[in-house]
Amino acid sequence: MNKPASSPSLSPDVARTIYRKAYLINRTDERFRAMLTNGELAVAYYPVRGHEVIAAAAMAALEPEDYLVTTYRGLHDALGKGIPSRLLWAEFAGKRTGTCKGKGGPMHITHPETGVMVTTGIVGSGIPIANGLAMASQIRGENRVAVASFGDGASNIGAFHEALNMASVWKLPVIFLCQNNQYAEHTTLAAGTSVTSIAERAGSYGMPGVSCDGLDPASVYEAMSEAVSRARAGDGPTLLEARTFRLLGHIFGADYSYVPKEDLSAAEERASMAKLRQWISERQVSEADLAQIEQEVDAEIEEAVAFALESESPDPDEIRFDIYETEQAT
Amino acid sequence: MSAENSSFAQALNAALDDAMADDDNVIMLGEDVGDEQGGGVFKVSKGLSGKYGTNRVRSTPISEQAIIGAAVGAAITGMRPVAEIMLMNFITIAMDQLVNHAAKLRFMSGGQTNVPLVVRTTTGAGVGFGGQHSDMLEAWFAHVPGLKIATASNPADAYGLLRSAIDDEDPTILIENITHYGMTGPAAEPGYRVPLGKAAITREGGDVTLVTYGRGVGDCLTAAGQLADEGIAAEVIDLRTVSPWDEEAVLASVAKTKRAVIVHEAVRPFGAGAEISARIHEELFNDLAGPVQRVASYPSPVPFAKSLETAFLYSVADIVQAARETTKKKA
Repeated sequence: MNKPASSPSLSPDVARTIYRKAYLINRTDERFRAMLTNGELAVAYYPVRGHEVIAAAAMAALEPEDYLVTTYRGLHDALGKGIPSRLLWAEFAGKRTGTCKGKGGPMHITHPETGVMVTTGIVGSGIPIANGLAMASQIRGENRVAVASFGDGASNIGAFHEALNMASVWKLPVIFLCQNNQYAEHTTLAAGTSVTSIAERAGSYGMPGVSCDGLDPASVYEAMSEAVSRARAGDGPTLLEARTFRLLGHIFGADYSYVPKEDLSAAEERASMAKLRQWISERQVSEADLAQIEQEVDAEIEEAVAFALESESPDPDEIRFDIYETEQAT
Repeated sequence: MSAENSSFAQALNAALDDAMADDDNVIMLGEDVGDEQGGGVFKVSKGLSGKYGTNRVRSTPISEQAIIGAAVGAAITGMRPVAEIMLMNFITIAMDQLVNHAAKLRFMSGGQTNVPLVVRTTTGAGVGFGGQHSDMLEAWFAHVPGLKIATASNPADAYGLLRSAIDDEDPTILIENITHYGMTGPAAEPGYRVPLGKAAITREGGDVTLVTYGRGVGDCLTAAGQLADEGIAAEVIDLRTVSPWDEEAVLASVAKTKRAVIVHEAVRPFGAGAEISARIHEELFNDLAGPVQRVASYPSPVPFAKSLETAFLYSVADIVQAARETTKKKA
């Protein structure tokens, strides 16, 4: 986080927006894990600690109508794109009031109103789907872009190759946002990936490959803004790698002893929320503004948690609906 | 039906042409589907990229996963993509997109999105393509809630099923039998629809019901002719949609004939015939005059050599024999 304060594209308004999103993501992730720990909820959950700034800054560079496809580790992207907290919490809790009536759960969040079209539990599978969203925009002559958000591990699956090639050939308005957190489940980048930077792979597809610091809001926001501009201008896709470090285990509660202690503590230091707050405060965002954002977000989460806990589970009969357009027999 | 005749391939081409003319949201993508690439290996899309532009009729890289993925993404925005998977065995590359995404997005999103996608694909044994270009895989997809699978037995139905599949709000896989493209028959009137999920009784009879679809329809009609010579009146049901299949029509017919033979080209174990047979037994056990028979292909990979390929495929004689077995009338 050593970009100059004069960074032209990152206005105080954008800085405020990024901080609000990052703080919301961080607090939500922490609250959710606390509720899993104390048994208030029992859900498979893939923590997002270390990914807050990427989602906050990247989604701040999008318009509400832009499309997003994300993955099972997607809480940060969903909140960053603007899904209302209460709907997200209710879905995470498996309630009928959730985004998906409790039928999707944390791994399958969908909310078209904010452009969150698909959340997939299959590594890499969202990438070809993002192409389709971008293709629809291209055919209709709309100005929308599509973002495929995925991890470094997903760049090793066939869908990545097929999709990036097709997007480049068709000059689709899509941004491939690779959130490189250095681990594919328990396997390090070095042990499972042939390159040290995922952005290098862009060269194979004839598209720009950009690597940014996923813990630096200006770095992410500027790189994303440039990729979005390129897509909107009809100049095709970008592979944008945002580098961070996964600060918790692959899934909540999983062993994490395989991560070297010194790597972890160095990353924790770099990803400190206090440090982010300080950095934002140096962008003409007042202490009063920051305190207000925090107060509002804390209240939003409290309200969302209460809403999720109070909401009812889906009626068992609901299983018959949404398999096809027409309901199925009991 | 029109007085004009049409080939199967022409009927499909006309259905695509009419659907694209009616609705700008209908688009096509697949390997070599554009005119510059020949208008599809079986010429089904011939002339369409010229007429509607390569923005709407897109030749793709050989990337089945990317083809279906792009079609899924476009579909959830309200477009009506018709994706061509050149041969059904290649659909294995796209299984994740079909099974995990196309089939489930409506449900997993709580009905916020849906996938009005059509996948056209061809396959079938008997033309010497061997093990990786000939399989009938409909049972795989019939086992996935959220998908629909249909296959036509004549050009008019091919037109009508394709139009219905494009209209449909859910993902539908249409299987075209590779031996059918040159078949001619009465052309459908423009706008004709064959409703998904509705079978057709292609021949009436009171002694035994032959339940089939696709290529099996022609074979069952031939068998029914031979059986008639032996005094056995066979009723032939063309399911047209394999899933969801028309249980009502099948059960009504078997309730009448009390005997059933299910015929399909796919290999027998765990095939569609197993489900249909099970449902008949569950609903009509006490009415049946004999056990339900299945006629299907031998459970091996589709072989190359003609002698082996013939040994693999069920035959009209197998259907006749099964009907005799169930009616207990030996030749």
